[in-house]
Amino acid sequence: MAYLFNTPDDIRSMLEAIGAESIEELFEQVPDHLQVEGLLDLPVGFSEPELEMHLRKLAAANCGGSSRVCLMGGGVYDHFIPAAVDEVASRGEFYTAYTPYQAEASQGSLQAFFEFQTLVCQLTGMEVSNASLYEGGTAVSEAVFMAMRVTKRYNRVVVLGSLHPEYQEVLETYLGNLSCQLDVIATPDGAADVNIVADTLDEETSCLVIQHPNVFGALEELEPLCQAAHDVGALAIVSFDPLSLGLLKTPAECGADIAVAEGQSLGIPAQYGGPFLGILACRQAHVRQMPGRLIGQTVDRNGQRCFVLNLQAREQHIRREKATSNICTNQGLLAIRATVYLSLLGRQGLVDVAELCCRKSHYAAERLGELPGFELMFSRPFFKEFTLRVQGDATEVINRAAEAGFDLGPALGRFPRLRESLGEAADQTLLVAVTEQRTREEIDRLVESLAATSEDSATPQTLTKPA
Amino acid sequence: MRNTHATELLFDLSQPGRRAAQFPTSDVPDRPLGDMIPDAFRRASHDHSLPELTESDVIRHFLNLSTLNMSVDTHFYPLGSCTMKYNPKRHERMARLPGMVDLHPYQRICDQQGMLRLLHDMQEMLAEIAGLPAVSLQPAAGAQGELAALLVASAWFRSRGETRTRVIFPSSAHGTNPASAAIAGFECVQLENTSDGLVDLDELETQLDDQTAVFMITNPNTLGLFETQIESIAARVHEVGGLVYIDGANMNAIMGVTRPGDFGGDMMHFNVHKTFTGPHGAGGPGAGPIAVRSELAEFLPGPVVTRITDDDGQPHFELETPSRSIGRVRSFFGNVGILLRGYCYLRTLGREGVREAARHAVLNANYLKALLADLLPAPFGQHCMHEFVGSASNLKDDRGITAMDVAKRLLDFGFHAPTIYFPLVVPEAMMIEPTETESKATLDAFAATLHEIAEEDLEFLHQAPHAAPVSRPNDVQAARQPILLWSPDDDTAEDV
Amino acid sequence: MDPATLKFSKSHEWLHLDGNIATVGITDFAVEALTDLVFVELPEVGRTLDAGEIFGEVESVKAVSDLYAPVAGEVTEVNTGLPDDLDALGEDPFGRGWMIRVNVSDASAADALLDETAYREHCQSAGH
Ligand SMILES: Cc1ncc(COP(=O)(O)O)c(C=O)c1O
Repeated sequence: MAYLFNTPDDIRSMLEAIGAESIEELFEQVPDHLQVEGLLDLPVGFSEPELEMHLRKLAAANCGGSSRVCLMGGGVYDHFIPAAVDEVASRGEFYTAYTPYQAEASQGSLQAFFEFQTLVCQLTGMEVSNASLYEGGTAVSEAVFMAMRVTKRYNRVVVLGSLHPEYQEVLETYLGNLSCQLDVIATPDGAADVNIVADTLDEETSCLVIQHPNVFGALEELEPLCQAAHDVGALAIVSFDPLSLGLLKTPAECGADIAVAEGQSLGIPAQYGGPFLGILACRQAHVRQMPGRLIGQTVDRNGQRCFVLNLQAREQHIRREKATSNICTNQGLLAIRATVYLSLLGRQGLVDVAELCCRKSHYAAERLGELPGFELMFSRPFFKEFTLRVQGDATEVINRAAEAGFDLGPALGRFPRLRESLGEAADQTLLVAVTEQRTREEIDRLVESLAATSEDSATPQTLTKPA
Repeated sequence: MRNTHATELLFDLSQPGRRAAQFPTSDVPDRPLGDMIPDAFRRASHDHSLPELTESDVIRHFLNLSTLNMSVDTHFYPLGSCTMKYNPKRHERMARLPGMVDLHPYQRICDQQGMLRLLHDMQEMLAEIAGLPAVSLQPAAGAQGELAALLVASAWFRSRGETRTRVIFPSSAHGTNPASAAIAGFECVQLENTSDGLVDLDELETQLDDQTAVFMITNPNTLGLFETQIESIAARVHEVGGLVYIDGANMNAIMGVTRPGDFGGDMMHFNVHKTFTGPHGAGGPGAGPIAVRSELAEFLPGPVVTRITDDDGQPHFELETPSRSIGRVRSFFGNVGILLRGYCYLRTLGREGVREAARHAVLNANYLKALLADLLPAPFGQHCMHEFVGSASNLKDDRGITAMDVAKRLLDFGFHAPTIYFPLVVPEAMMIEPTETESKATLDAFAATLHEIAEEDLEFLHQAPHAAPVSRPNDVQAARQPILLWSPDDDTAEDV
Repeated sequence: MDPATLKFSKSHEWLHLDGNIATVGITDFAVEALTDLVFVELPEVGRTLDAGEIFGEVESVKAVSDLYAPVAGEVTEVNTGLPDDLDALGEDPFGRGWMIRVNVSDASAADALLDETAYREHCQSAGH
């Protein structure tokens, strides 16, 4: 039997030591009639070669980033992952360790998380970071709950319509049973109108949630938006793209009170949507309202520097129903991946990746925008991802690209929450993301194949440019 | 030999001008950055930005850090309630297969059929083990599974025109139970009486009424005991119209032996990172799928995977959001990398292995309990399930040795400590869960070490550990003046 | 302050009444039970409290405890130095460790609280 150690002799002598006749006897607490008769209806066990054959077959029925050129976005990106990241994350000493409750047995994890917290602060300019949340969507929700505690305003939350629709949905779910009003401000120009936002906020509002770059890839007027939140005493929550900070002003510079992110771009593979990395950083003043674990530096009995779980009284195992979050198991190993990734990148590497993403995506946008039947949906500045508007159904274009060996998307028509911002164009729009991994040759080839197939299939139809 | 230089903080190792990751130069036509992104958006300086290191600095740093950890790969790790079983290496290889590891969540449905099949079959296997037919794989960990299920419960009550406000749980409940209930908007009611380690039916009775939404219970409970009256408990909760939630953190004791759905549970979560050996990753990631009975299925968070048989008899798989879903609890499908490892595990164990694993987990726990009966007697129950809570009170009374001392000293012998001081109902608690993937020889050595420790000098024990990288961190100082990140002028610690 | 002149609540707050002004803190027993306090959160001046209302909390590394107002009234003064001088709670809980001063709405309400002897008995029976 897989992974069992006890020989029949062992079992006999163990039962003897226990004073039981059989293993069944140990289960006598479970009433007989509740015990499963025979075996569950599960498959028969696989040997390792059989398992591998089976998994390889399943994997072959998928079409991942290694079979096509990936220009997909929508919160998950095909950035390069240096080999050293996998190497460190494959160390059994990290990935088979538990949460570092026993500090003396966990200095490796604790120090790595302390370094993670520091790196996140260096990246964002914020003053304190926790040691990870589940992913970018729940990070937004946790930040909103935190803002309600800080401002003591529990009745209203305002979110820009350009926040990732799945993050919006998570927030709706989390607020589902509470008497808190959630207002979403549509962004028909691809980014928010600061005046409309300022008019919408009021003294009841706990926070304004802004994604920057937003789900359309566009940059928001971050500073005035944060200011508008502050003007009514609300907190500004900014969901950022970590790699964009090689180029863009930090959330702290722009006035964010809580900065959150999906950390997938920091050395974490797409793996069909998870496990990823939720990042949350804030101002020192709000540290006691933070969700999730925090690592602190201290000294041990010999005066040696060391690290411990800190400010645990915020957490569920101590504060129970009054805890700042219910999170327990977090995304530790992904935080370690991000820590390794960022230390490999260093300050110049971060700038290089960001500039490459920016240059290549702008090249791709320009070339694609010139194709007949294609145009950029919005005229806002963007970082590495943009919204393309096509003639006809965007999913058709995605199919054509796939046939030519390229993955684009997602098509934005799949997200009901974006319809108000996209209007009648919703089904004609898709996202294209261009990371540092893409080459000019790939981009040119994509453009050519779309040009060729659009000549075949185009049903002439004029597009009206948005004003 | 410890390399203390390499384990200095990354920021202290940093040297201006060092590089690790190098990227190709841009191959697209050059344009001024300001043309693309106006200055107003751009960062003016990178002065306080990331450290500068070479790749070998980074590798040496983290590999040396890793040696400061204890882990399942390197040590016996009998941490109660955490199910620290062996993490098979084949799972790691499978999780990295191209087609799996690089699959984008917005890939076209026709391009994800292999993954969807895997996830669909995982749903089915979990439903079978739970004895509850409908599964959502979305929750990222057990705590999120609890929250999702509680939201499902309230949506279900609302659909029946009821608003029920209270969630009840025993005092031995894990902290996530009340914390999740609070986020879900419920009032928390805690049962205090656990005189024999089990739920007191009379006390439960006094709390049940038409406001009872959910009774949450961990079974086997945190003392390692099966709630023998679970059926009566469930029946009483159902009589007042409430739902029973089974916290499945301890499923390792009972998988394949008895099923939550058969003993009265309406909803449950699994901790794939415990029971189905998703590695703990130094704190995460996990996966916390939930299973519910059929009336609740339409409220599950989505998407879930459905199997459709085509005209030619071939199956294909679709993503579907249940009709009255509470909505997503996270972005994208779930912690798929962990679900995939759990899937590999279940496919390897198969129908016999699942039950055998539980039986051996219980055998190992009872054996260790017997070896330690004199030293760390377990106050409740004759036999235990997959874990037991021994008490070091005798040691404390006779010799002044606390559970903390024992836990710290164990590290010197190369054993990770058990969970201590939880649950609170046992004084000087040591919660020990050996799991099935340890040999009798390891258990013997562990028990012998504990006996040895019990004879050691008291002062020496109070100072333990002696061989660990650090000893008894000052967490009062840490909390009073929190240092939560490195800063350039930090001189609060002497480097030794 | 001499504990013999104080009034006590069962939730381990003490109160000293001077006319209508009550000074409130927590007892030596509470401080010892919590061990190694690391944080205290106190209310703002001007807040009105009902009797039994939570006015703040104290935190140790592994526990938190709410602070309950022993009588109703308006907070007129707060020991703002306390969060930075937590040792005061251990060294001088009935003096330097005071927490808030309250202008009590009904001074006679303090009569319902325990005197020192009764409080010590309560601690005994609570069986620490
Ligand atoms: C009994 C029990 N319930 C719930 C949880 C929470 O699960 P998770 O850490 O996966 O969120 C745990 C584990 O930490 C547990 O032991």
